[in-house]
Amino acid sequence: MTNYQLTYKRFSEASILVQWPQKIAPEILADMLAFKNNLLNSEHSSILQITNAYSSILITYRDYISNFESEITFLKTKYASRQNLEKQDSKLWKIPACYDCHFALDLEEISNEKQLSPSEIIKLHVDAVYNVYFIGFLPGFLYLGGLNERLFMPRIKSPRQHVEKGAVAIGGEQTGVYPNASPGGWNIIGNSPLNFFNSDLETPCFANAGDRIQFMAVDFKTHQEILVEVQNGTYNIESEVNDG
Amino acid sequence: MVEVLKSGLFDSIQDLGRVGVQQFGVPMSGAMDQYSAKLANAILGNEQEAAVLEFTLLGPTLKFCIETAICLTGMECQAKINKEPIENNRYVLIKKDDVLSFGKRELGFRGYLAVLGGFQSEKVMESRSFYRMITTQERLKTGDVLKIRTVPVPAKVANAIVKTPKAHSETLILEVFKGVEFALLSADQKQQLLSTTFTITKDSNRMAYQLQEGLPNDLHPILTSAVLPGTIQLTPSGQLMVLMRDCQTTGGYPRILQLSEMSINRLSQKTPGDKFRFNILNY
Repeated sequence: MTNYQLTYKRFSEASILVQWPQKIAPEILADMLAFKNNLLNSEHSSILQITNAYSSILITYRDYISNFESEITFLKTKYASRQNLEKQDSKLWKIPACYDCHFALDLEEISNEKQLSPSEIIKLHVDAVYNVYFIGFLPGFLYLGGLNERLFMPRIKSPRQHVEKGAVAIGGEQTGVYPNASPGGWNIIGNSPLNFFNSDLETPCFANAGDRIQFMAVDFKTHQEILVEVQNGTYNIESEVNDG
Repeated sequence: MVEVLKSGLFDSIQDLGRVGVQQFGVPMSGAMDQYSAKLANAILGNEQEAAVLEFTLLGPTLKFCIETAICLTGMECQAKINKEPIENNRYVLIKKDDVLSFGKRELGFRGYLAVLGGFQSEKVMESRSFYRMITTQERLKTGDVLKIRTVPVPAKVANAIVKTPKAHSETLILEVFKGVEFALLSADQKQQLLSTTFTITKDSNRMAYQLQEGLPNDLHPILTSAVLPGTIQLTPSGQLMVLMRDCQTTGGYPRILQLSEMSINRLSQKTPGDKFRFNILNY
């Protein structure tokens, strides 16, 4: 287990930011989650919540942090005593996505830009297994790492006022799915019929930081059928536990 | 029940927001000026988390269908029950069919109406705060009917006269702490940040306040990381964006300053065109 040089900074009156080296890397994700888990298990009563992003963790306290230095000492102890998480805790989710031209508004543009045929682009997109780093931007928006670098594509020049719910898109070095209709500047290559956020559920998002996802290409007819099943609550998302 | 006879410019139900669900990308939300929201509840003897009605610049016209008590805080805007003026920060008895209306704004920008027992609108993820994509409604509209609790109404409560300091809406100084990327700024940028009088633009809402005066910026965007209400981001074009209660949970711009909790409340009472300066505090 690598011990990273972490920096601890006061973020606000009641929160502390812990930073790892500023890059997107699966080993940093695993290290952050191990630290976060150790902190959660410590049942520190004044910690309200812990959220992670690509290479940082925000620890929010119930009240003003009156003794910052002793809190940092506590956090450092908890970093030193962290344990690697069991692999079985992470799941691989199979996400149906339709790359039909009906949805893939920017597929042709990427094809021209990258000198790849649409089917090559789709193959590169579904072959990769993506790590879920965190959820942000919109409720249920998964930040994924692991996009094939041949698909890196700058955001579109004029963001769209309306991106459809379920849009599968590429923005820079990232790919993701819009969980709800929203304005957006990523290149749209397909659509997933799944619900990525449901506030009625105790766990509103099926995927967690540390899980992995893989897209599976479905045709338009299958997409529409799954959409109906999702609306009726009868669709089961395929998942498997990490086999290492 | 309370009937919205005429909605105001932007009315919503707010409590202290959704805390603990930011890991799902859910914004905190909650009353913009939490000092005023808590004060209104305290004067009525409600719990501080009770849901209040937040209104902006132009208040709504409301009809009460039951007997209750209310308290107004925040913006001062010639509130009347039927034709009788009422004051802010007071326990006010309401009879069935009373109509509450508001006039011209005199002070502040956001008003709060608390009712005895709190508004009973839908609760999503432990909060009644309106937010698009989370609650069915984003704002109140004319004709809406709001549920309130039927509770015995004390004829009056023994409360001292509570005054909100004028500075709450009139301060020219907002207190901030150094943001986590503050150290990346040059000496010139830091100097400018402290000496500039900033103006609030019209592009200011519950998500963020945009400031008119910018700062020359050569900082690179950061790897997406956490942001909070009160985080001040410096955009690539050099604009300062002050995140407010409905902000996203993560962002990619350098976080150069962080407003104190009280300064978030105070900024919420400022209107587009108002000016202020920053004063950096140490924790």
